[in-house]
Amino acid sequence: MESPLAIDVQGLTKRFGDRTVVNDISLQVRTGEIYGFLGPNGSGKTTFIRMLCGLLRADAGSGTCLGFDVITASEEIKRQAGYMTQRFSFYEDLSIRENLDFVARIYGVLDRRHAVDQSLERLGLTQRSRQLAGQLSGGWKQRLALAACLIHRPRLLLLDEPTAGVDPQARRDFWEQIHQLAADGLTVLITTHYMDEAERCHRLGYIAYGRLLARGTVTEVIASAGLTTWSVAGPRLPALAVQLRVTPGVQHAVAFGNTLHVSSDDAPALAAAIQPWRTPEYQWSEVKTSLEDVFIHLMSRAPDNFATP
Amino acid sequence: MSTPRFSQSLQRFWALVVKEFTQMRRDRLTFAMMIGVPLMQLMLFGFAINSDPKHLPTAVVLADHGPQVRTLLKAIENSGYFTFVGEVRDGREATDLLNRGGAQFVLHIPEDFSRRLQRGESPSVLLEADATDPAATGNALGALRTLMVTALGADARGPLAGLAPAAPVIDLRVHPAFNPEAVTQYNIVPGLMGVVLTMTMVMITSLAITRERERGTMENLLSMPTRPIEVMLGKIVPYILVGYVQVTLILLAARLVFHVPIVGNIFLLFALTSIFIAANLSVGITFSTIAANQLQAVQMSFFFFLPSLLLSGFMFPFRGMPPWAQVLGEVFPLTHFLRIVRGIMLKGNTVHEAFPHAWPIAVFTVLVLAVGAKRYRQTLD
Repeated sequence: MESPLAIDVQGLTKRFGDRTVVNDISLQVRTGEIYGFLGPNGSGKTTFIRMLCGLLRADAGSGTCLGFDVITASEEIKRQAGYMTQRFSFYEDLSIRENLDFVARIYGVLDRRHAVDQSLERLGLTQRSRQLAGQLSGGWKQRLALAACLIHRPRLLLLDEPTAGVDPQARRDFWEQIHQLAADGLTVLITTHYMDEAERCHRLGYIAYGRLLARGTVTEVIASAGLTTWSVAGPRLPALAVQLRVTPGVQHAVAFGNTLHVSSDDAPALAAAIQPWRTPEYQWSEVKTSLEDVFIHLMSRAPDNFATP
Repeated sequence: MSTPRFSQSLQRFWALVVKEFTQMRRDRLTFAMMIGVPLMQLMLFGFAINSDPKHLPTAVVLADHGPQVRTLLKAIENSGYFTFVGEVRDGREATDLLNRGGAQFVLHIPEDFSRRLQRGESPSVLLEADATDPAATGNALGALRTLMVTALGADARGPLAGLAPAAPVIDLRVHPAFNPEAVTQYNIVPGLMGVVLTMTMVMITSLAITRERERGTMENLLSMPTRPIEVMLGKIVPYILVGYVQVTLILLAARLVFHVPIVGNIFLLFALTSIFIAANLSVGITFSTIAANQLQAVQMSFFFFLPSLLLSGFMFPFRGMPPWAQVLGEVFPLTHFLRIVRGIMLKGNTVHEAFPHAWPIAVFTVLVLAVGAKRYRQTLD
């Protein structure tokens, strides 16, 4: 009965005026999968999610979400999906319980009181149920938002930067829960800027300037970029970085704590380029290319279609 | 198939209503405004604002067409306070005209007017006045009293010269209808009902949707399976109830504090008030689809409220305004509502007389809602 693909869209495009914010994106997400959506600010992640859940109408493209047509059946999709907005979007002047109660009423949840109690319990919010949502800290707000998105037992969860401004412990708890939910069969599409979070996803998509530039598992994404990365430690790294960036054969030189990551997709050229600096003063070693190296690489190569010519 | 869908829709609508009331209860300032504004205004406007309206429409019942009568009418019109709008046949027609608000005054000239004047007796004339708004009639009445002494001065030469300024030549009997004691509060307090409703209803609803947008909760609301009409109705209905609370509050104060008579049917008043509340809510909702933030919503509310207040006949007698202002004033629901309220409370108007003032409000509501619905759909995408 359950289709293997929770999201299956082709060529989704959204224009605002003459700016193409989402450009011909096709995406398949399997049921029960945690799909990470990465990309710089303003790359079209939020717009894409809004099109999936019927908040925005796509200008072109087609496909299904939970088996419903994304263009014509947005009402059905809304009923069976939970969308957690980037900014906290519940009522700050309602208490935690009142917010959950409101959402449960809107979705027509059966045995509402029980559902609300259970949801409070599960998220450890029972003690705070009478507290106004506006008085909660970032981490608690995020918990509340997630609880509200889950109260109608959606089959798909769309999370737009859910962990922005949340402390590491709360983030860890959050991801524990997401994995638990996915194990129970919920499909999750999540956008993030954090590399450690990206690595917790089953599969990834990288979007920049409205285009999907890379996709696959973490290993696949890294492999597909074909980057070679060297790490260098030593004195005056910032000055070295400036010099390396203008050296032909070096594509990126990025500071990573006390080291500098130097990378390129042309390994021999890179090896030649760094040769002059391979002195005893500096400790060079070839390292595994990280996801972050790949993303910086992808971003710098993507044509900026928003830039004015 | 359609029944469960409808009940789901009803359920979502109800969720919004419950939420709205909870938020209302929590927002102390707005809550205080809803209760405080009517009370504050009642106290402040206990004082009347006076003005000097002229060219008040006056009808005549002429039982005598003699030359002196024509001279008298000419003199009355020359005073500037009266403009004759026509002749009515009898007292019943005259009363009807006043009830409908078709004329401010009806002047009765008895058939023995010329004869008694020639015999040297003081003839009497009767002036029926719509004294609902004492400010509107006060100066005109004063002018008329003076006229009764001097108007026929020119004609009183020759055999009548001896009569000249000795005593009031004409005996003016004034019958101030609807508000015989010229109590200003009788006029102000019912009018205040409309003013308070306009102010609070427009402002609160214009904020209600703008607030959802400004706080980002609109995005959430739209991502849930709610339809625009459910959101709009879920916003409007709680405030209709608030409006009725205000109306009840003012009517109680009118009766108990200011002792304003309520001649007409109070249920008719309540029923017609719903049209007026709907008109103001539609303005508020439409503003909230246009305003980018809450500050703009408040500004727009005032932009609507001030001309409503000034041009409706609440602050100044409607007939005292220049014609262009009267035309503009006819647009605002408040203008018509004031006529309905005063008509029902003070004149005992029935549906028949109130209807001509009710339909313009309904037309206004429909037009404004059409604009709002069009704007609302655009902002969805």
